[in-house]
Amino acid sequence: MSTPTVEHSAALDAAEAGGIQLITVTFRIRRFNPEEHPDPVWVDYQLTLDPKERVLDALNKIKWEQDGTLTYRRSCAHGICGSDAMRINGRNRLACKTLIKDVNPEKPITIEAIKGLTVLKDLVVDMDPFFQAYKDVMPFLITKGNEPTRERLQSAEDRERFDDTTKCILCAACTSSCPVFWNDGQYFGPAAIVNAHRFIFDSRDEGAEQRLEILNDREGVWRCRTTFNCSEACPRGIEVTKAIQEVKRALVTRRF
Amino acid sequence: MQIHQYDTVIVGAGGAGMRAAIESTQRSRTAVLTKLYPTRSHTGAAQGGMCAALANVEEDNWEWHTFDTVKGGDYLVDQDAAEIMCKEAIDAVLDLEKMGLPFSRTEAGRIDQRRFGGHSRNHGEAPVRRSCYAADRTGHMILQTLFQNCVKHGVEFFNEFYVLDLLINEGKTAGVVAYELATGEIHVFQAKAVVFASGGTGKMFKVSSNAHTLTGDGQAVAYRRGLPLEDMEFFQFHPTGIWRMGILLTEGARGEGGILRNKDGERFMERYAPVMKDLASRDVCSRAIYTEIREGRGCGPEGDHVYLDLTHLPPEQLDAKLPDITEFARTYLGIEPYTDPIPIQPTAHYAMGGIPTNVEGEVLRNNTDIVPGLYAAGEVACVSVHGANRLGTNSLLDINVFGRRAGIAAADYANANEFVPLPENPEELVQTMVEQLRESTGTESVGQIRKELQETMDTNAMVYRTGDTLKQAVEDIAALKERFKNVSIQDKGYRYNTDLLEAIELGNLLDLAEVLAVSALAREESRGGHYREDFPTRDDVKFMQHTMAYQEVAADGSTSIRLDYKPVVTTRYQPMERKY
Repeated sequence: MSTPTVEHSAALDAAEAGGIQLITVTFRIRRFNPEEHPDPVWVDYQLTLDPKERVLDALNKIKWEQDGTLTYRRSCAHGICGSDAMRINGRNRLACKTLIKDVNPEKPITIEAIKGLTVLKDLVVDMDPFFQAYKDVMPFLITKGNEPTRERLQSAEDRERFDDTTKCILCAACTSSCPVFWNDGQYFGPAAIVNAHRFIFDSRDEGAEQRLEILNDREGVWRCRTTFNCSEACPRGIEVTKAIQEVKRALVTRRF
Repeated sequence: MQIHQYDTVIVGAGGAGMRAAIESTQRSRTAVLTKLYPTRSHTGAAQGGMCAALANVEEDNWEWHTFDTVKGGDYLVDQDAAEIMCKEAIDAVLDLEKMGLPFSRTEAGRIDQRRFGGHSRNHGEAPVRRSCYAADRTGHMILQTLFQNCVKHGVEFFNEFYVLDLLINEGKTAGVVAYELATGEIHVFQAKAVVFASGGTGKMFKVSSNAHTLTGDGQAVAYRRGLPLEDMEFFQFHPTGIWRMGILLTEGARGEGGILRNKDGERFMERYAPVMKDLASRDVCSRAIYTEIREGRGCGPEGDHVYLDLTHLPPEQLDAKLPDITEFARTYLGIEPYTDPIPIQPTAHYAMGGIPTNVEGEVLRNNTDIVPGLYAAGEVACVSVHGANRLGTNSLLDINVFGRRAGIAAADYANANEFVPLPENPEELVQTMVEQLRESTGTESVGQIRKELQETMDTNAMVYRTGDTLKQAVEDIAALKERFKNVSIQDKGYRYNTDLLEAIELGNLLDLAEVLAVSALAREESRGGHYREDFPTRDDVKFMQHTMAYQEVAADGSTSIRLDYKPVVTTRYQPMERKY
């Protein structure tokens, strides 16, 4: 069974187009290396590249062809490992999920480390406080009684209830976009609450009361001011603020 | 320099490393050394599922799974190991579910299962629904679930510690040497047992589904210490990478009904695999795609790709079952997979070969003897359950089954044995390597050499190979290795020196690419992922055996590769012609 020739949309034609149109772009990067200088400094780099490339491709080009000292974390390069969250034109994004054409390459593209976590070198921040907050919400399935012989049953509807928050890749884009977190490093931050939500609303889990008590703390969920920065920042499209609201509601109603 | 002492040290924190750590931490004092924060590991990029004959949705049997694995591996699989993996697969999936993994569910609330390439009912009759999955982010869920359970069990991680040497003393494992990325400090970890779980080597190719970090670090460290590497010529090229970028689009897309089409819109896999069609094994699909392209039926202005067509599937099905890959198509290609076919090409994906182990995860130092205290699991290892071509989903299975086995075996060994004394100046090799790179004033750049390596590998050692192309690859790699001696880095500092890190990684890739090319040149037959146009058939008389490559060091310090061969373990299945 064969079908006739594939229909071509304009988008498909554009995606397949040969003859790449290269453009020249300036990247303005906030550099910081305390081994050399105590203060950060903005440095400009000019590159000629395909605007359909990723911002991460541009950083790699700078590092590999111009300045090997430029330092950043990266791994998977397609938005699944969470290594390369950074502020691009003032907004938290993953460098590997942001195409150059989408961040106005006519003007210099600014790149700096995410906020609220200590910068160690260039775009590398100290992630330990972030992971500590994650660990503090007990991010693992808590059950009582004997384990079943086979799998625990869960209806497709119950599975769907917490699907959104299972997508989290712990990149810290949400937490480091939160004004409350910037001003109060003790606040758990959106990512930790997202991961608490993932278990609180899992029908198999029996540890919700414990997690809710942890988040009832004065540095817990009530610090959220519903600014929606986190939802906007999430590269996985998680409705972070909504998840936080659901945790707040669960604290009031004790229903989850 | 700092010296630490642990019963068990695990190198790597992807699926295999963390699965091992969950076991060994409960049994022995364990440290996990990882180049990346654990959740950055590339297990998280796996999409389609993990096969196990749960028979939740239709009749299935672990023996059928074993047969498919052996056939998929073109009979180079060690059948005793495949049998263990497929039998233990069922518990491995149930264990993950009990740890909290949010699998997609059936109407009855059981773990749902879907079709996957090469997995069949009753020895090849028809595709079977065997892959347990969580939408198209199964690897992500496995990685997160294992990390969550590491947190639960208090696993001790040393994040951003890069292991650069293995210490063997008196013929036994004594520990490892690591470089701390944050400070540039060297750390010696004395350990009774060491488990390598450091992943694959896919960055030696240009179009690759692999993370930047997959540079064969564990394989290279073991190889330089005189241990063999098994079956390195067998590298899997996944049929459906995003055109030019190589980003993986799961085989689960074809499991859900997706179709490969050429420029005429033809479902060309019907010609290559009449029964399994688009769900033939990956090596078969990748060769078919390149044949279409070579014969002028490729798509686009340059005719250099084909399409993965999902447009006939309901949008609700794509949203529920394939949300991530459809988003990749939108993000990176700007197309709408509801209505547009997705331009794809084969992408370097998985190393079937690696550090040879037995079924307990113990590392072999030759065909029969082990290195006491040394273990390996996951893509870094070669058990061999994948033979000449891995079946889709069997890598997630491999890391869970053999990660668990290695973790238990390593801890048990550590509890039953004493520390081996550290060799004199244990840090010496690493110290020298790091200082030489930092002080080098050479003129060659890491970026340039890596680019040329990836180009020669893509041109000469990919889906189609010949004696001539492989000789070219060997020659190119030798020249690049020579130039690498003259490489220098710009960052001379100690804090987060990723310039230095990338140089060391490139050194590893060069060594391993050479082993791949030399092993492939010697294998004058076609089997699974290794296809020689000059020897297009399988030769069971000469080559029904595993390649074992050793580094030989001459008196003047120059190195060469010595090849040896190891018999395949055959239990139930005699080699047959492979048809899908």
